[in-house]
Amino acid sequence: MGAGIVEAKVNDLTFTAATVNGSGSQSANLVLTRAVFSMGIPVAPKNVFPSNIEGLPTWYHLRVSPEGYQCRQGENPDVLVALNPSTWAADLRSLQPGGAVFYEEAYSTLDARSDVEYFPVPFSKLAKSRIQSDALRKQLTNLIYVGLVAGLLEIPYAALEQGIQHQFQTKPKAWQANLDAVQVGIDYWNEHFAGRQIAHKLEAMSGKTDGLVLLDGNQAAALGCVMGGCTVAAWYPITPSSSLCENLITYSDRFRVDPETGEKRIAVVQAEDELAALGMAIGAGWAGARAMTSTSGPGISLMAEFTGLAYYVEIPVVIFDIQRAGPSTGLPTRTAQGDVAFAYSLSHGDTRHLLLLPANVEECYEMAQTAFDLADRFQTPVFVLSDLDLGMNLWMTPKLQYPQRPFDRGKVLSKEDLERSADWGRYRDVDGDGIAYRTLPGTDHPLAGYFTRGSGHDGNARYSENPEVYAGNLDRLVRKFESARKVLPAPEIDLVGSKIGVIAYGSTDHAVVEARHLLRARGMEVDYMRLRALPASPELSGFVEAHDRVYVVEQNRDGQVYDILRLEVPTDLAGRLRSIRHYDGQPIPAEAVTRPLLELEAVPV
Amino acid sequence: MSATLNRLGLVRDAYKGAATTLCAGCGHNSITNHLIKALFELGIEPSRLAKMSGIGCSSKTPAYFVEQAHGFNGVHGRMPSLTTGAHLADRQLVLLGISGDGDTVSIGLGQYMHLIRRNVDCTYIIEDNGTYGLTKGQFSATADLGSVQKRGSVNEFQPIDPCLLGLTLGASFVARSFSGDGKQLVPLLKAALAHQGTAVLDVISPCVTFNDHEGSTKSYAYVKDHESIIQDVSFIPYFEEITVDYEPGTTREVQMHDGSHLVLKKLAEDHDPGDRLGAMRLIEENRDKGVLVTGLLYLDEAMSDFSSREGLSRTPLRDLGESELRPSRDEFEKFMGELG
Repeated sequence: MGAGIVEAKVNDLTFTAATVNGSGSQSANLVLTRAVFSMGIPVAPKNVFPSNIEGLPTWYHLRVSPEGYQCRQGENPDVLVALNPSTWAADLRSLQPGGAVFYEEAYSTLDARSDVEYFPVPFSKLAKSRIQSDALRKQLTNLIYVGLVAGLLEIPYAALEQGIQHQFQTKPKAWQANLDAVQVGIDYWNEHFAGRQIAHKLEAMSGKTDGLVLLDGNQAAALGCVMGGCTVAAWYPITPSSSLCENLITYSDRFRVDPETGEKRIAVVQAEDELAALGMAIGAGWAGARAMTSTSGPGISLMAEFTGLAYYVEIPVVIFDIQRAGPSTGLPTRTAQGDVAFAYSLSHGDTRHLLLLPANVEECYEMAQTAFDLADRFQTPVFVLSDLDLGMNLWMTPKLQYPQRPFDRGKVLSKEDLERSADWGRYRDVDGDGIAYRTLPGTDHPLAGYFTRGSGHDGNARYSENPEVYAGNLDRLVRKFESARKVLPAPEIDLVGSKIGVIAYGSTDHAVVEARHLLRARGMEVDYMRLRALPASPELSGFVEAHDRVYVVEQNRDGQVYDILRLEVPTDLAGRLRSIRHYDGQPIPAEAVTRPLLELEAVPV
Repeated sequence: MSATLNRLGLVRDAYKGAATTLCAGCGHNSITNHLIKALFELGIEPSRLAKMSGIGCSSKTPAYFVEQAHGFNGVHGRMPSLTTGAHLADRQLVLLGISGDGDTVSIGLGQYMHLIRRNVDCTYIIEDNGTYGLTKGQFSATADLGSVQKRGSVNEFQPIDPCLLGLTLGASFVARSFSGDGKQLVPLLKAALAHQGTAVLDVISPCVTFNDHEGSTKSYAYVKDHESIIQDVSFIPYFEEITVDYEPGTTREVQMHDGSHLVLKKLAEDHDPGDRLGAMRLIEENRDKGVLVTGLLYLDEAMSDFSSREGLSRTPLRDLGESELRPSRDEFEKFMGELG
């Protein structure tokens, strides 16, 4: 589309703010996001930030679509705010033809394109002359572009007010200063650019955001920990997981303080490293608390040893892995689904773990609670594999629901149970499901005690190197794992009668949802199974069998879940599985699903 | 009768465990016996006791006492974090950690230091023999400079002293003893158990198989020749009256958090256990002379322990249910309303 052709596109655009990290643009971006959202228009923000405190480039992409697509669209905005001289040239090149760019007027436009609309603005001069507070000037300068964008896209003043009030909910004193700064931008628009427009505009709409709120996955998971009865959380700071425990601290200050005594009903401990963090959680799980740790890939590597202990001595513990791009330090502030295979069999020896795979904010909340129930039920580590995109970006989500069910504390023998029958052994499979009974330290009964050891042990927890005892115990752990497989969150399956299937999990879901719409418009229908846990549901094989080809879409280089699923389906079905991978650190866009699918299925363009 | 039953009405045998699988003559076995005596005489409830350990010869010993209690033999050098977690789940547990010199000052150095820094309420016993026994005699990091390995090699590195380290980290209880000296060790064990906070007790415990030879500074003979016992320690539990009379000016008395008393009668030194710097000087000056000081080195009964500082619920966290842990439906809906 050329610059001159006017074909109004309503509520369908991507806005990008290219700024310098540490310049305080985040609150301006959130004000804009909330303002648009308050107009009933679906939003999908993605914050692309560097591993840096100050100085490196950062981008905020706000995608707006009438359909409410939540995945990233790409890096080609329709409206650009360019306030970073070091990326200015590249940012300008990224703009869609016909798009609009607001930029610091001092920047050179010598090599400029002729197919975009230019809006030069003297941001620094405006800030100096119009923003009175020296302390807040740097941050408030960003609000000026909110006013300018509002002028271009015709965002009503009331929506801007709402955006500010929500963003500064706890600081009403900040409202006026922010509104004044936005007004500087509106005034500048009216004085210099009034009447100019591009093909895109925003109009209030209804029916797409009713009952929805904006929340990130780490907030939701933290609230899930509160509602799921977590009482001990130990963590070591690491991006992108830190905000989970930081939110947990905030929520605990509100919801976990005894109103009469002021005593805390949760311990959130910043440990000395990830080894100690998991060790504390395991110690607490052993003593009967619902305990968790939260980390990201490098922390998972350090937790390998303790995870094997918890698996083998059978202690409930929940491990949140907010995945980022690895290996090693990798891209600490970029997203990936690269820890799945590692987490699935974390630690030496024969180990297998239960993995929950939340795809959205609601599931971060619900699966956090489910994880504690599963950990207690199966007396084993349970991983919740989120990622940076899901954990740290804001998503539209239905309001979270108050839990309906009580905690499942699993097979714990109380003093009273032991008084009825004290013939018990810690690792005996009494019920045939592989899950043994346990007692907690502090249980006031002479036969409650047992010895937990990471070395070989028999049904009564005694040290043993006996071959049959050792192998029998490992086999029981497999029985337990298979018992878990049947009750893990079931996959979501959407069949439209296609011979082509797609399998995805976690935040990749949003790209698949949009991709299926795009493919349908091209005349290609695909069935879809979204995995919500590993080990895979017994439904997996049936889904693969019902399709000629099944594409496993995921955000890692090696097709980790593709590999796992090939081993989980019958051998003759494994060849039907294909792999589609996206691994550049950015959240997967729909195009990364449609393009390979169309190529591999040889659909004429 | 009262001689054979403790205040809970339990016999001494109630504090025994499985038969030891360590070498005959191992210092650790003596420590186990002294522990059984201390736990029995203090009347610790077996069901409230949790025995924690890492990996190594020392870490096997929790199997050898108080069979009724829960025990946790975790992974190498990580006992402090497991202990911290168990404490957070139920702060009423009596946590007794048994570690070794490798488990503490090599692989577990970080966790040891942070346990002390937090002052988690537990007893931390280091069964210190200066060698790796289970892997057949390598030097550990507590081996003294110049000490000789059984196979003849000489240690070229400075030792890490867990007591000195504890003092620099602000430990609230630091003591050193010798596995062969029950008269000193039993009251120190009782004091450590009574202490609310991390009680570090470094017990030199000779390894008869790999480190009891000429040239070792952790052998029975060496310790006997070079030990300087700084005070005679008496522990009077809160449930007993003080009946012993001491000559005025010869003793120091410390009241403990739970009402128990320590009476310290000066022997080699007139050391004030409230003087942290003095304790460090005492260790260093004697070490320079080749002398090993044993006794109560430092005690601060006023320091808050971890869960007190955190303001944690007195009711064990693990006993709280849905009504205490979930906000009400109204509170929850109010919160959801604030989100948008």
